[in-house]
Amino acid sequence: MSIKSLDPRVTRENLPEQPNTESIKDLHQWQTYEVFHQVKKGDHHIHVGPVHAPNPDMALILAKEQYARRYKCVNLWVVKTADIKKTDYEDEDIFETNQEKMYREAGGYKVMERINKFKAEHKNK
Amino acid sequence: MYGGGYIFEETKNGHSEKDDEKKLEQFEAKIAAGEKIEPSEWMPAEYRKQLIRMIEQHAHSEIIGALPEGTWITRAPGFRRKLALMAKVQDEVGHAQLLYSAAETLGKPREEMINDLITGKSKYSNVFNYPAKTWADTAVIAWLIDAGAIINQVANSKGSYGPYCRALERICLEESFHLKYGHDNVVFLATGTPKQREMVQEALIRWWPPIMHFFGPSDKISVHTETLMRWKVKMASNDDMRQKFLDMYVPKIWDLGLTIPDPKLKKNEETGKWDYTEPDWDEFKRVINGDGPCNKERLAVRRRAEEKGEWVRNALQRPTEKYTIPLA
Repeated sequence: MSIKSLDPRVTRENLPEQPNTESIKDLHQWQTYEVFHQVKKGDHHIHVGPVHAPNPDMALILAKEQYARRYKCVNLWVVKTADIKKTDYEDEDIFETNQEKMYREAGGYKVMERINKFKAEHKNK
Repeated sequence: MYGGGYIFEETKNGHSEKDDEKKLEQFEAKIAAGEKIEPSEWMPAEYRKQLIRMIEQHAHSEIIGALPEGTWITRAPGFRRKLALMAKVQDEVGHAQLLYSAAETLGKPREEMINDLITGKSKYSNVFNYPAKTWADTAVIAWLIDAGAIINQVANSKGSYGPYCRALERICLEESFHLKYGHDNVVFLATGTPKQREMVQEALIRWWPPIMHFFGPSDKISVHTETLMRWKVKMASNDDMRQKFLDMYVPKIWDLGLTIPDPKLKKNEETGKWDYTEPDWDEFKRVINGDGPCNKERLAVRRRAEEKGEWVRNALQRPTEKYTIPLA
């Protein structure tokens, strides 16, 4: 006996009524690619998520379907996840600016006090 | 957008003994401060496990959820409706891909999740074990089940796990047309001929119990989820979400002159909450454990799709390609 469904396409498949609990024989662990989209020309490409694909060409096709199906997109990049070198959140402190390194921040340069003092001195003369 | 009524396991003391107390403290402080947790960061084993379970269930619900509605693609009334339904079904499958990717970042490969679905090991939203008997059922699903899912997903998108939140944001963006589409279909039938009204009324009667089941068991009987709430894995209690849904949609259903098959359903003026007949949670449990009207069919269809696609995957397979967990 096969499954009788409300969907004639399902009925035509002659699916067994007894549930099959066997695992899939071959797991296709494809490479993952990270996808970057550009919303309009001139913008930066922004990371939107991954796709599974056997090669870069398929990755682009799937990325278009997955991430550019709706809403504007003018350009897509894909890059192998494995090729991305990244920092660790554990090392977040490497991005912190040291107090003694204020010479490389805009806020490290305060001239108004000197200008005002200079102006005041020269006004009196 | 179909997630809702996730089945959680009871958490023991919130964390396992292996977890480092200091790291756990930092982790909880981050979450309390509203920060997101990213895949490579330290997290309690229990957090990882429950998240995989929840996101995976959500992904499966999208895949299986496409099937009841898909039943009517070939017999949709009119070309425009057929195109719209196909677009909606495609969206749901796309959402599953986004969610599988989010779950993968926690360390369980996509193929393993698909395998667990097909072999009946993983759960998915219970409502999809019921059949869509007529076209009107697809209208009720697209309107009210999607509405329920939206309430759940909007809450979850404010959760603590970065990749899941980002996936949900994209899902919510793409989703905007589903609810409108479903509402349009229900309104069209409800304001149509007597036969059309009858169809949509009957579909509502069929779908009301699954809709009430959708948010999961009542807080009175469901497992304790305080830790999951503190970790912002679960964002609202089942009963709170159910109340919110009733608040938003019961008036809209009544506007159309449709009858909801629950004589007890009314807003309690004193408590400000909805009174309703307690859903049949024994049936809920029975169906989720495999004994629903369509469980076998759903899994068999999914398995057949997997088998039919195998030659394509084999043809594309490159033996040198190695799987890496995505960054999401």
